[in-house]
Amino acid sequence: MSVLSASKVSKFFGNFPALRNLNFTLEAGDCVALLGRNGAGKTTLIHLMSGLSRPTEGTLDITRRVSMLGHGIGVYDELSARENLIFFASLATVPINVEEWLERVNLKDVADAPLREYSRGMRQRLALARAFMGEPELLLLDEPFTSLDDKATALLQTLLAQALARKCTIVLSTHQIPEAMALATRILFLERGKLAYVGPRPEEMLTDSTWLYRTYGAIS
Amino acid sequence: MLRQSWQIFLKDVRMELRGKEALNASLAFALVVLILFSFAIDPTSEQIREISGGLLWILFAFSGVLLVNRSFLREQSNDCLDVLLVNRVPASALMLGKTFANLLFILMIEAVCLPVFSVLYNINLFQLPLWLIGICLLASWAIAILGTVFAAMTVNLRLRELMLPVILYPMIIPALAAAMYLTNIVSVGKVPEGDDLIWVRLLVGFDVIFTTLALGLIDTILVD
Repeated sequence: MSVLSASKVSKFFGNFPALRNLNFTLEAGDCVALLGRNGAGKTTLIHLMSGLSRPTEGTLDITRRVSMLGHGIGVYDELSARENLIFFASLATVPINVEEWLERVNLKDVADAPLREYSRGMRQRLALARAFMGEPELLLLDEPFTSLDDKATALLQTLLAQALARKCTIVLSTHQIPEAMALATRILFLERGKLAYVGPRPEEMLTDSTWLYRTYGAIS
Repeated sequence: MLRQSWQIFLKDVRMELRGKEALNASLAFALVVLILFSFAIDPTSEQIREISGGLLWILFAFSGVLLVNRSFLREQSNDCLDVLLVNRVPASALMLGKTFANLLFILMIEAVCLPVFSVLYNINLFQLPLWLIGICLLASWAIAILGTVFAAMTVNLRLRELMLPVILYPMIIPALAAAMYLTNIVSVGKVPEGDDLIWVRLLVGFDVIFTTLALGLIDTILVD
């Protein structure tokens, strides 16, 4: 079942083509590593897939339940962890057990403390709960492993595995190739706004994280 | 959509009442201006009755901007606005929830300032309380709806604190003019009738037109 399909998608900022003529489809249960150098268009593509931005040309059909974990953690500093999750749960279209999620991310004991008293790791765990609860059909993660501590990394990997087990489609935009390759079944590789590679994860990427960049990274 | 608007409203009210940053600043500004003007103008003069509506609504428009400016800034930190939009919260629900929260904050300021004005300037504004409440609701909604939509437009600008009043005040002149005129009338205990009702119709029409426009355009404003 197709969760997202892009047909001849381009995005221009003024005259600058950030993305050019992208065609791809994501199926339910795909774990897609979105790779590319800085400025290749990864974040722009994540924004298009999330619905935050519209393509200048082409069409992008997106599934209904999408969640995103971007550069910001997407929770309110003025509220407690419990209030944050209750608020986002109240906006969701499916019932969510907030107490269970507080337990899963190990924040139950501090659930009523204001977020400004949280450590960076605790805030990241809350952000993971916010992004994963509600059983999204498409989960967009922009640099999810960046500055995570070991506990949060382990939690993220567990949550990703559970999401994949229930056929959630995951898009991971990252520069941390080994972590992404451990999960990815498919790869979208962007080079200067063009899709240089789209397909199954090449076996070479398990042992050589720069292989894709050397093989497909020279197109203009 | 109404359920989501209600949740946005509750969240914004809870966040503001917890910190009271905008409310305190807005109230302090309003009270200081009221006190300063009471020194500048002779409170016993007839002149004060003629300018009471103007003074009050200029004051509410200025202090209202301090309140509405915060409404989308709350969503900026940690990219919360992106999360709401990605979670398919309709932009119109977001807009409506925030507008009602801003309306409540503006009415709270008015609830404090109107009695203070009556005492400082020796004018009984509450001779026709239902009319006064009606004028306050209609004119405050005009400030809230336009202020919220322009706050959404300017939230990503570096000079947003400057830009919001610059684009808001010229647009809101008809609603403020109507509110000033009607406040002057009811402050002398006269029920608006005949030609005065044109101002009521103007205020209602302004609210209906700009609410419709704001709800229709907010999706275009928020989504790139």
